[in-house]
Amino acid sequence: MTEERFSPLHQAHLDAGASFTDFAGWMMPVRYSSDLAEHHAVRTAAGLFDLSHMGEILVLGPEASDALDYALAGKLSAIEIGQAKYSLLLSREGGIVDDLVVYRTGEDRYLVVANASNREAVAAELRDRCSPFDCEVQDESDDIALIAVQGPRAFEILTEVPGVRVDVLGELGYYRSAHGHYGDHAMLVARTGYTGEDGYELYLDPEAAPALWDALLETGAGAGLVPAGLASRDTLRLEAGMPLYGHELSLDTVPSQAGLGRVVNLKKEGDFVGRAAIEAGPDDGARVLVGLAAEGKRAGRADYPVFDGENEVGIITSGALSPTLGHPIAMAYVALESADLGTELFIDVRGTRIPATVVSLPFYKRKA
Amino acid sequence: MPDKTTLQYTPEHEWVQVDGDVATVGITAYAAEKLGDVVFVDLPAAGSSIASGKVVGEIESTKSVGELFAPVDGEILEANQAVVDSPELVNSDPFGEGWLIKVRFAALPELLSFDEYSALVGE
Repeated sequence: MTEERFSPLHQAHLDAGASFTDFAGWMMPVRYSSDLAEHHAVRTAAGLFDLSHMGEILVLGPEASDALDYALAGKLSAIEIGQAKYSLLLSREGGIVDDLVVYRTGEDRYLVVANASNREAVAAELRDRCSPFDCEVQDESDDIALIAVQGPRAFEILTEVPGVRVDVLGELGYYRSAHGHYGDHAMLVARTGYTGEDGYELYLDPEAAPALWDALLETGAGAGLVPAGLASRDTLRLEAGMPLYGHELSLDTVPSQAGLGRVVNLKKEGDFVGRAAIEAGPDDGARVLVGLAAEGKRAGRADYPVFDGENEVGIITSGALSPTLGHPIAMAYVALESADLGTELFIDVRGTRIPATVVSLPFYKRKA
Repeated sequence: MPDKTTLQYTPEHEWVQVDGDVATVGITAYAAEKLGDVVFVDLPAAGSSIASGKVVGEIESTKSVGELFAPVDGEILEANQAVVDSPELVNSDPFGEGWLIKVRFAALPELLSFDEYSALVGE
């Protein structure tokens, strides 16, 4: 077993009385006091997340764009400096190695953000796939901390934190990033997130992270900002219909099954890893990802079977009693014939059949 | 709220308060903390018979599902309707308002003392 890893913010979490969970070998806060209160804070005010366990991999050099067009499913050469794009690293068979957010931070510079559990795999694949190109791949994960401030009041809080300087914060559009500073430390400020709310993700030197964390909490306290753990992050992203690697996404899942066909750019010129498999289409009988909504309070959870009448047609990948909506929601892979919106299915909740209806994703969408 | 030091405990993180031949049962603060916010509680109906060690109820949080094990053989006198209506009582007052069931029993099995339970959970 590998040694447990700790975030640069670990002491702050201990001081705040957090409960911890092992996430991909990292001891990360699962909640500080109440995961429901943290969830509601993000929906109504703001929450502060430590995401320092995530992987940050730089791709640099004159051919970085071409390299990423070959390595990833999207057309990264088409995004502007300061733009971000959700993308996928596919296997040759078209399966999903990881889902990623890619930031173009310069003409020849990209920051690829990978799930903690896939950091090594992504770094290795990128090195391999980019090797024919004139560019370098650098795994900077150990030298970058990531703090996310998410929620409708995130902007006003971030603008008021002493020491934070981002010239264009007011004009920063969704899925855009800008260079800024916290004190003397360079910081990448991105208007991205994984909660279904507006908000920012702040990439900076781990040494500066604890002071920024404390400053954010102090500044935001009056606006309702609270530290939020991974438990609330999971229910927030589930309500927002966002897939989680290891649940909705895996090497055995092709993008179209997960509703991510749009992320694969088949029109881009040249080959890319996974292209041939994606063009051949998914296997016959491949299940597709759907949203399920139920009544009452008993939630279907990951790995619970889904039935259409007497036939087992699928399996839940994530599920919870939705804190915002007040009823159970789940994402599930089901047979295509049972995937139409409005189809009445059943979830086997530990021996009890709970009726559930196929609904469109996301379950929750913030008001514009 | 009962004095925690006078309660008895099970390795399944339940507490038992004995009054004559009636046991009041709940889950410990440690268990409630591990579960996270409790959002649904399913308890056995009054009048039903329960057998020690068997699962008789469920305590669900947003993150996970905890099982309620019967700590004794007996008959359910009362399930706490207040907790069914307001599951958050399990978190806010696990040893008091968050009690789960009252059971009439004939014989009490050997349970853990406060010190033994504290040692078990490392507190």
